[in-house]
Amino acid sequence: MTLKARIIPCLDVKDGRVVKGVNFVDLVDAGDPVESARIYDAAGADELCFLDITASSDNRDTIFDVVARTAEQCFMPLTVGGGVRTVSDIRKLLLAGADKVSINTTAVKNPEFVAEAADKFGNQCIVVSIDAKTVSADGEKARWEIFTHGGRTPTGIDAVEFARRVVDLGAGEIMLTSMDRDGTQKGYNIPLTRAVADAVTVPVIASGGVGNLDHLVEGVRDGHATAVLAASIFHFGTYTISEAKRHMADAGIAMRLDGAI
Amino acid sequence: MRVAIIDYGSGNLRSATKAFERAAAESGTDAEIVLTGAADVVAGADRVVLPGVGAFADCRGGLAAVDGMDQALRHAVEEKTRPFLGICVGMQLMATRGLEKTVTPGFDWVSGDVKLIEPSDPDLKIPQIGWNTLTLKRPHPLFDGIKTGPDGLHAYFVHSYYLDAANDADVLAETDYGGPVTAVVVRENRAGTQFHPEKSQALGLALIANFLKWAP
Repeated sequence: MTLKARIIPCLDVKDGRVVKGVNFVDLVDAGDPVESARIYDAAGADELCFLDITASSDNRDTIFDVVARTAEQCFMPLTVGGGVRTVSDIRKLLLAGADKVSINTTAVKNPEFVAEAADKFGNQCIVVSIDAKTVSADGEKARWEIFTHGGRTPTGIDAVEFARRVVDLGAGEIMLTSMDRDGTQKGYNIPLTRAVADAVTVPVIASGGVGNLDHLVEGVRDGHATAVLAASIFHFGTYTISEAKRHMADAGIAMRLDGAI
Repeated sequence: MRVAIIDYGSGNLRSATKAFERAAAESGTDAEIVLTGAADVVAGADRVVLPGVGAFADCRGGLAAVDGMDQALRHAVEEKTRPFLGICVGMQLMATRGLEKTVTPGFDWVSGDVKLIEPSDPDLKIPQIGWNTLTLKRPHPLFDGIKTGPDGLHAYFVHSYYLDAANDADVLAETDYGGPVTAVVVRENRAGTQFHPEKSQALGLALIANFLKWAP
């Protein structure tokens, strides 16, 4: 197999600005998502993800401008998520220059929306983003449940079953975030990642909890993810994209090394 | 030189347009890049680019729904033999038929059907999403200066279907995804890439620059 595992830096964007600024020495405006995108493009990131966390509906259109300006300068794949509720939201993001759109809460509330979106735009651009939390007690067979609203609201929906269902409906990719691990820097939830990756026929992006480069290796090697998403380890300059790629390549994972500078 | 990128409501065309502008500027090619849904602009263009994302039948239908576009495309490519580049589903439309969802006729510029990828390794995911290398089957001006092979540059793929060409001679490059998968087809003045050059960083911009200079 020569398809390479992907490293995807994810930027949280609020009101058109990067939250948790990116810490690069050569960055003029750390709050500008477009400039961060350009740095990651030059650094050889395999894809880029914007998560729009704008709360006010008045400012929701800011993301379209960010996406449009990014797509004019970065010739790499771009996934945009956050607040995607309607077919019109997806169309606007794709027209602005997103290649893929990730759907989270709306897919949980109304799974048929995934089918509608995939029929309109093709499975390949519909990513379903799943936020899951461990709900089984210690010693019990592991179970994970979907949570919405940043991990606060339980839904009673089994994460593995849900992943299977949205793939049947037309999701082309699953972005899987462990809410137990997100922000902990303790590494991906490997049993969860593996359970979902082995249950579906589409690629799974591991997310939530990366603190070091071994965690990226584990996501692919042990979690069976085909892509690994991380935020702070790259934004804060703890590791560069090319260090991460070399580390994964050294661990025996096929990586694209030609994009790195 | 005027390059027409056909706009028929199929997904994101901004990055394609920008990538062509960048490639033209970087390679010093004097090209005006026009994103257009107007048949007469396509009919009069010096080079024609057909992007496409989504399902084969939807793209074919979307193109046919633009007044006069089918005839304009055939006029430019078949009669005036202008260089043509199809991207992703735009490349798949060059085939005889698409078998996605339903059987849909293509342009029949490259004999063959567009079929679901069936990798020999059942663990491989469908769609193929990500970066893969290319095996070039013969030298071609579109790949001038581009390093291919296992240690070569990578191209970005997002697809579940591929063009299974009836004639090996029409396949310029393959990628490996549990077996060979058609990555680039070329026949006469018509070329198509399954991957997205506009998303393929160095390889993509170099290939676009070569297309702008290509004299088939």
